[in-house]
Amino acid sequence: MSNLVEVRNLRIEAKTDSGRLVEIIKGVSLDIADGEIVALIGESGSGKTTVALSLMGYARPGCRITSGEINVGGKNMATLSEKERARLRGTDIAYVPQSAAASFNPSSTIMEQVIEVTRIHKLMPPEQARQRAVELFRALSLPDPEGIGTRYPHQVSGGQLQRLSAAMALISDPKLVIFDEPTTALDVTTQIDVLKAFKSVMRAGGVAGVYVSHDLAVVAQIADRIVVLKGGEVQETGTTAAILSAAQHPYTRELLAAFEPKPRQAHADADAATKQLLRIDNVTAGYGPVRDDGLPLIRAVDSVSLVVEKGRNLGVIGESGCGKSTLARVIAGIHPAATGDIVFDGKDLQRAARKRSQDQLREMQIVFQYADTALNPAKPVEDIISRPLAFYHRLDRQARAKRVDELLDMVRLPRGLRYRHPSELSGGQKQRVNFARALAANPKLIICDEITSALDTVVASAVIELLKELQRELGLSYIFISHDLSVVEAICDEIMVMYNGERVEQITPDKLTAPTHPYSKLLFSSVPKLDPTWLDGLVRDPELVSQYGHR
Amino acid sequence: MTSGVLNLVLKRLGIAAVTLLIVLFAVFFATSMLPGDTASILLGQAATPEAVAGLREAMHLNDPAILRFLLWLLGLLHGDLGTSYANEMPVAALIGGRLVNTMKLAGITTLLSVPLALTLGITAAMLRGSVYDRTVTILSIGVISVPEFMVATLAVLLFAVYLKWLPALSSVNEAHSLTDLVRIYAMPVITLTFVISAQMIRMTRAAVIETLSTPYVEMALLKGASRSRMVLRHALPNALGPIVNAVALSLSYLVGGVIIVETIFNYPGIAKLMVDAVATRDLPLIQSCAMIFCLGYLFLITAADVVAIMSNPRLR
Repeated sequence: MSNLVEVRNLRIEAKTDSGRLVEIIKGVSLDIADGEIVALIGESGSGKTTVALSLMGYARPGCRITSGEINVGGKNMATLSEKERARLRGTDIAYVPQSAAASFNPSSTIMEQVIEVTRIHKLMPPEQARQRAVELFRALSLPDPEGIGTRYPHQVSGGQLQRLSAAMALISDPKLVIFDEPTTALDVTTQIDVLKAFKSVMRAGGVAGVYVSHDLAVVAQIADRIVVLKGGEVQETGTTAAILSAAQHPYTRELLAAFEPKPRQAHADADAATKQLLRIDNVTAGYGPVRDDGLPLIRAVDSVSLVVEKGRNLGVIGESGCGKSTLARVIAGIHPAATGDIVFDGKDLQRAARKRSQDQLREMQIVFQYADTALNPAKPVEDIISRPLAFYHRLDRQARAKRVDELLDMVRLPRGLRYRHPSELSGGQKQRVNFARALAANPKLIICDEITSALDTVVASAVIELLKELQRELGLSYIFISHDLSVVEAICDEIMVMYNGERVEQITPDKLTAPTHPYSKLLFSSVPKLDPTWLDGLVRDPELVSQYGHR
Repeated sequence: MTSGVLNLVLKRLGIAAVTLLIVLFAVFFATSMLPGDTASILLGQAATPEAVAGLREAMHLNDPAILRFLLWLLGLLHGDLGTSYANEMPVAALIGGRLVNTMKLAGITTLLSVPLALTLGITAAMLRGSVYDRTVTILSIGVISVPEFMVATLAVLLFAVYLKWLPALSSVNEAHSLTDLVRIYAMPVITLTFVISAQMIRMTRAAVIETLSTPYVEMALLKGASRSRMVLRHALPNALGPIVNAVALSLSYLVGGVIIVETIFNYPGIAKLMVDAVATRDLPLIQSCAMIFCLGYLFLITAADVVAIMSNPRLR
C-alpha cells in the first residue's frame, strides 16, 4: 500500500427524523500520501465533514458506514472493532474541530485537555507531555506558552483556542490530522495567524492532513490537493494549482466564479444631484447600566456618523464585536441610541422604534443574519410574507394573495413554495423569504445584517445578484453589514470600516487597494486570495498586528 | 471559596430571613382562619362553656392573635421558640428529639437513595436506548406515579403482614441492637427512597444525556477516550449543576414532606409533630415547625447553588 489513506467506494447512510434512510455519501474514493495535505471542499450538506470523520471510523449519531474501505495506515477503519478504533483515535489520527470554543470541556483546564490523549493511550509520563505541550504552544506562536495551559477555555480567545486544539491534535505525533473548518468561525485578521501556525507546524512535522472547508481561498493556502464534493459524491480531484487554474467540473467553476470580482455597473444617476436618505450624527449606544453622563457603561457604538444616499448602498465592515450589528439595531430603533440624531428622508426620527410612526417603520426594514430564527417556524411562507401586507398596507385577503405571488416572483422563488413551512426550505430559500418579507413593506431602505454569512459561497453570490437586480427595479437603498469584504465590495458604493465601536474609515470600493487607516490596511490585507502563494508571501506590519490583531 | 460564592451565600441569608418572615405570617394567618380554638379542643366536646372560657383566660387566648404572634416573634429573636399551648412544654424541648429522629431518617434515606439514583441515572444515560435504560425509565416513571401511601401500605402488607420479616411500626425507642435498627428503619427508608429517587434518576439521566451530545464529548471520543471516561471526566462535571439541584429538591422533601410515611409507620418525627400541633391549634409549635422546614429547604437550595458554582470555572 503506497498511500497513507486509501478510501474506496465509501457509502454512509443517515436516518432522518422521520425514520427514512438516506444515503449521504455515495461511493467516495480518495487517496492521501504521507505528508500530503488534501482539502475536502464543498457546500454545507455536501458530506465533507462526514467523509473526514469516517477516516477515524466515526459516524455521527444517526449515521452509519454501510460499505466501502477506509484504509488508514494499512488498517481498515470500517471493519475494526470500536475498541481498536479508539486505540487509533488521538494517536495515529487526530482531529481539529470546527468550533474549538465548543470542543473544549469548560470545566477542565486547557493543559489537562491538551495532554489527555497521552493519558488515555499511556504514551508518555504527564511531565514529559506537559513539556511537549509547551513546545507546541510556542511553535503555534501562542502568547505565554508556559502559563496558558493553566487557564480554563473561557479565559482565552477563539483564535487561541483554535491553535490550542491543534496542539491537542499534534501532541501524540499523529500520522494524519483532520482539520474540520478550523478557521470558519474566526475573523479574517485572526484567521491568518491560525493558518500560518497550522501550516508551519504541519510542514515541520511532515504530517499528512485533511482540511475540510468551504472556502477555496483558505484551502488554496494550505492544501496540496483539492477534492471537490457535492451531494455526497466526488466531483473533481486535482492538485491545488490545477483546480484553481483549470477546473473541469461545472460545479468547481461555479465555486471559483464566486471569487471573481463582479463587474459593477455605474448607477445611472451617479452624477445627478443625489439626495440624502438617511443621516445619523454622532450616535452612541451600548449596553450595561447608564452612567451619570447619560451614556451606557459599555459603548458598542461610539460617536458614529454616516450618510446613505437615495438609491446607493453603504457597506459596514469590521470584525466580530466591533459594534456593526448594534449599529444596525440602533438605526432600526430596536436598540435605542443613548445620544445622537437620526434623520431619515428629511425628518428627524425618534431613537426608539416604538415611538416612530407606522410609515417611518414601514420605510426602513431590517433583514437578520439567521433566517432560521427570523422566520416563524409554525407559519407557512404565505403567512410570513402576508403579515407586513396586512399590517402596513391593510390589504384584503385577495390582494394579499396576489402580492405574495408578485413578491415570490421578485425574489425568484417558485409560487408553489407559499404553502411550505420554513423548515421545508433550504438556507438560500429561507433567506429569500426573509428578504421578501422586508420587501413586502415597500421600504426605501433595507438594513441587511450579515444576510449572506450563513450561506454557501455560490448561494450567497446568487443572493447578492438578486439584491442588485431588485435595487435597479425598485430604487432601494441598502445598508449592508458584513465581516466579509468581498460581499460588501460586490454591492456597495461606499464602505465604512468599523473598529471597536468607532468608524475608522470610509472608502469607495475602487480605492480598496489603498486604505489610509492602519486598521483598514490590516483588515483588507488579511482577506485570503485564491493565489496559493499568497499566505507565504504575505508580509504584515508587526506593529499593526500587535495593535489591532489582539484577538 | 471566592467572593462570588461568599456573595451568593450572604444574599441567600438575606433572602432566607425575608422568606422566613413571609412564611411565618402566612402560617399564622392560615392557622387563625381554622375554626375552633385550643381551649375547646383540649377540653373536648363535653366541656361547659364556663370551663372553656376559664381556660382561655388562663392561657391568655383572649389576647388578640396578632399580639400573641408578635410576642412569639420577639421571643424568637432571643432564641426562644415559645411554649406549647397544648401541654405547656417549651417548644424547643418538644421539637428537639423529634427533629433528631427526622434527621436520622432523612440521613439514612439520603445515604441510600442519592448514590442509587445517580448510579441508575448515569448508567441509563450511558446505555441510552438499551433495554436497561428503558427498564430504568419505566420503573422510575412507575414509581413517580404511585402515591407513597400506596408504596408504604404495600410494603407493610408484604413485609410485616405476609412475610413477617419487619415490624409494621417503627418505634425507635425500642431499638437495642443494630439488627433492631435495620428492622425499624428498613420500611420507611425503602418507601422514601422510592419516592425521592425517581425524580433524581430522571433528572440525572436527562442532564448527562444533554452533555453527552456536546462537541467536547465528541472531541473526547475522537481522542480515543473510553465510554466511561467520556461520561465521568467530560459529561458529568458539566452536568453537575442541574443534578445537584434535582438532588436538593428531592432531599428537601425529606424534611417537611414525610408526614405520610411518618404517620403510616408511626415514626416519631417532626412532620407528624406539626400535624398534631395543627389538630390542637398549637400556634407556637406550628410556627416553629414551619420555620424549620423553610430553613431546611433554603439550606439545601443554597448548598446546591454553591456546588453548582464551584463546579463551573466560569462562575467560580
